[in-house]
Amino acid sequence: MPTVSMTVNGQAVTGDIEARTLLVEYLRENLRLTGTHVGCDTSQCGACVVHVDGKSVKACTMLAAQAEGSDVLTIEGLADGDDLHPMQEAFRNNHGLQCGFCTPGMVMSAVDLLNHNKNPSEGEIREWLEGNICRCTGYHNIVKSIQEAATKM
Amino acid sequence: MTDTGIGASVKRVEDARFLTGRGSYTDDLEQPNQTYAYILRSPHAHAAITKLDVSAAKAAPGVVAVFTGEDMQVGSIPCGWQVNSKDGEPMKEPEHPPLAKGKVRYVGDQIAVVIAESLAEAKAAAEAIEVDYDIQPAVVDMNKALAGGTLVHDDAPNNLCYDWEIGDAAEVDAAFANAHHISKIDIVNNRVVPNAMEPRAAVGAYDKASGEYTLYTTSQNPHVIRLLMGAFVLQIPEHKLRVVAPDVGGGFGSKIYHYAEEAIVTWAAPKVGRPVKWTAERTESFLTDAHGRDHITHAELALDENGKFLGLKVDTIANMGGYLSTFAPCVPTYLYATLLAGVYTTPLIHANVRAVFTNTTPVDAYRGAGRPEAAYLLERLVDRAAREMGIAQDEIRKRNFIPSDAFPYQTPVALQYDSGDYMATLEKAQGMADVAGFPARKAASEAKGKLRGLGYSTYVEACGIAPSAVVGSLGARAGLFESANVRVNPTGSVTVFTGSHSHGQGHETTFAQLVSDTLGLPLDQIEISHGDTNKVAFGMGTYGSRSLAVGGEALMKAMNKVIDKSKKIAAHVLEAAEADIEFKDGKFTVSGTDKEMAFGEVALTAYVPHNFPHETLEPGLEEQAFYDPMNFTYPGGCHIVEVEIDPDTGVTTIEKVSACDDVGRVINPMIVAGQTHGGLAQGIGQAMLEGCVYDDDGQLITGSYMDYTMPRADDLPSFDTDTAVTLCAHNSLGVKGVGETGAIGSPPAVINAIVDALSGLGVTDMTMPATPEKVWQAIQDAKMPMAAE
Repeated sequence: MPTVSMTVNGQAVTGDIEARTLLVEYLRENLRLTGTHVGCDTSQCGACVVHVDGKSVKACTMLAAQAEGSDVLTIEGLADGDDLHPMQEAFRNNHGLQCGFCTPGMVMSAVDLLNHNKNPSEGEIREWLEGNICRCTGYHNIVKSIQEAATKM
Repeated sequence: MTDTGIGASVKRVEDARFLTGRGSYTDDLEQPNQTYAYILRSPHAHAAITKLDVSAAKAAPGVVAVFTGEDMQVGSIPCGWQVNSKDGEPMKEPEHPPLAKGKVRYVGDQIAVVIAESLAEAKAAAEAIEVDYDIQPAVVDMNKALAGGTLVHDDAPNNLCYDWEIGDAAEVDAAFANAHHISKIDIVNNRVVPNAMEPRAAVGAYDKASGEYTLYTTSQNPHVIRLLMGAFVLQIPEHKLRVVAPDVGGGFGSKIYHYAEEAIVTWAAPKVGRPVKWTAERTESFLTDAHGRDHITHAELALDENGKFLGLKVDTIANMGGYLSTFAPCVPTYLYATLLAGVYTTPLIHANVRAVFTNTTPVDAYRGAGRPEAAYLLERLVDRAAREMGIAQDEIRKRNFIPSDAFPYQTPVALQYDSGDYMATLEKAQGMADVAGFPARKAASEAKGKLRGLGYSTYVEACGIAPSAVVGSLGARAGLFESANVRVNPTGSVTVFTGSHSHGQGHETTFAQLVSDTLGLPLDQIEISHGDTNKVAFGMGTYGSRSLAVGGEALMKAMNKVIDKSKKIAAHVLEAAEADIEFKDGKFTVSGTDKEMAFGEVALTAYVPHNFPHETLEPGLEEQAFYDPMNFTYPGGCHIVEVEIDPDTGVTTIEKVSACDDVGRVINPMIVAGQTHGGLAQGIGQAMLEGCVYDDDGQLITGSYMDYTMPRADDLPSFDTDTAVTLCAHNSLGVKGVGETGAIGSPPAVINAIVDALSGLGVTDMTMPATPEKVWQAIQDAKMPMAAE
């Protein structure tokens, strides 16, 4: 079994994995970081979005081995201790989540958007979220959440 | 109003865990020593299994066990609702084994389960199962199914499940004979896939020491699953079967039903002596989650010379799919045909509904369940009648509205609406939509070569499901009450156990607001517990927008019992008559005095009853209540959609959605708006994007997110939502329900808007989903009328 080493949420981790292990499987099953979700099998839904070396990626579409040596950030590592990240706080303030299943991927994707574009228009936000499906909110309050976070980040 | 009570937009309690990745969904759970199940499914829609050899799979690496239908000799998956045909015959109710026995009836039907040390090993071993199929013609089209020939079930001639009617056909015919005008329409209500973002999952476990089974499952109603699976399929007594539905990632109806996989993992757990975990892949969700809608309807509306509705005739064929899902038979009957009066005074209505089996995924309730189909039919037909008679869209509705002073209003199709004001929601929505400014916006669109349309939908629905006596008389095999238990802990905090189940609706917040408002407690002193049959006494769960109207009422009833008991305690301690004790702002006071006890003091006294008169006052402070509603609740409203169409491409852009709904008393406006947004997105999705496509062989062509168009952020606009409330007349909170209104009201408004935009070209019809290709084709056909003929 190959060994993989990376930094996840600031902690160095090493594990023996099957070569075919996806990053999302490694996070969920080996590290028990179950905040990152799997909602589809075609890289469409975005429930599994994490950051790898500062960029949002779909963890279902990347082998764990490809993250060798990388710095991975998951939803569990986004808050600063008990202080929610401004994006998490904005989602809470604006009812940007309902069942919560798409939420981790949605939040991680939204954080990456604001890292790229400090002040996105509603159209830019909606276009960016094309890779994240939510069935509960109709996106209305997700867009509002991101607009509010943009004023705080 | 307090900032945590009824009417406050309290931020959700549950968000903290969901936003930090600490939600606990079924697939997140890990049992010690668990095994992984993979289910081999039929690749054919209709076939006899002539050979099934699992020996190689059993010998494959990591495999713990392989089971087939022959191994799993258990009861049939039951149906929860019996509908009788108009001749009195009960519906056809074919056997539904969890693992197929000799025959498969839709693509995805379960054939065998492989249980292994890892999911990868289970999947690999499944490939070693040898199956020979005698492939038979698939029955896919509903009209062809009714013509007979190939049968999905040998005991259902012509594939007919039932042939049901409501209303008096002869009286309706007489009304049509006197009509000034008759409008006719043929409607297809497209089949859609619920697509909760969390795929279904189930973990079965068995404790040999206690003999107790545990099923963790993605369910909207764990007690219902315990009843259906325990009593009918596996014959496990309820006191030895615990069903837990932890955090559930959306349902929309699809997680109401008892599914084969739940029975398979629970049954297999003692067989392999270890927990068994199964999680659907998204493609399995597409294939096996119960689908929604799928009606074909012809309807006719008779009108007098003033556009007053005289009578309505409806003939509907409804798809049941390959087997009867839990609630399937009641959806196109008691949740559909009973809503065909809509918000109108139509005096005579007749509807005939034939339910048909096909070699497709079972169909059952999906957000709205029957009421969207009724609203879509009516609102399209009313729209057409208005155009044909030259009456404005709002005017024809106003002329036919049930007036606000006519409640309670008995419709000709069984229901009695308790309250509503359809003129109020219409007029408020018109203001929100700036209908007055539409002609100018239309002219501006036309100046740049675009088409613009405005579409109305004025709807009513029946939810808060449901009075047990009524549904029992209509064939429901269960009561539809709800339970609540209020446990006041010794230090004065409160734990509520509710039979309602939240899978996104935010009960942990809304129900806590009811407690905060009633008992005067801060939110951090209130815990709402749900989803575990070992904690909650009983529950019928959450669907049909019933949580507040039924579960919330049960909670109010239990809290009133707590207050009554507390008054006894306070009276004893304060040495006053019980009748003199008042409860207000969290304090029990002897009226007219300054003697008082705080709620927490009463609680502590209840558990430290040092001087209780035990013959008249029990220690403890915990109360249970069951609530069975008096009637359905009837939310209604008006949705107005404005679209712009590019005639060169057929691309339709939703410019504005204005939804004004009467959902009864609003407990949390923020959550109500969120529910409306979600329903609107699903309704607009059905109208413009979503649709199941099966080929003639019964293969689901739209079986993944690559093929099935889910609404994405850039497909939708922001919504303008508001409420205009009349209170429910038969529950104490005055609540009606909001879970489904968006999905019920919006599809006809979208299609009516598109028809409006294209009406100048002579287009009179559009089918869902109104894709750019369809819109473009309609424009081309209209431009070349000769060719179209």
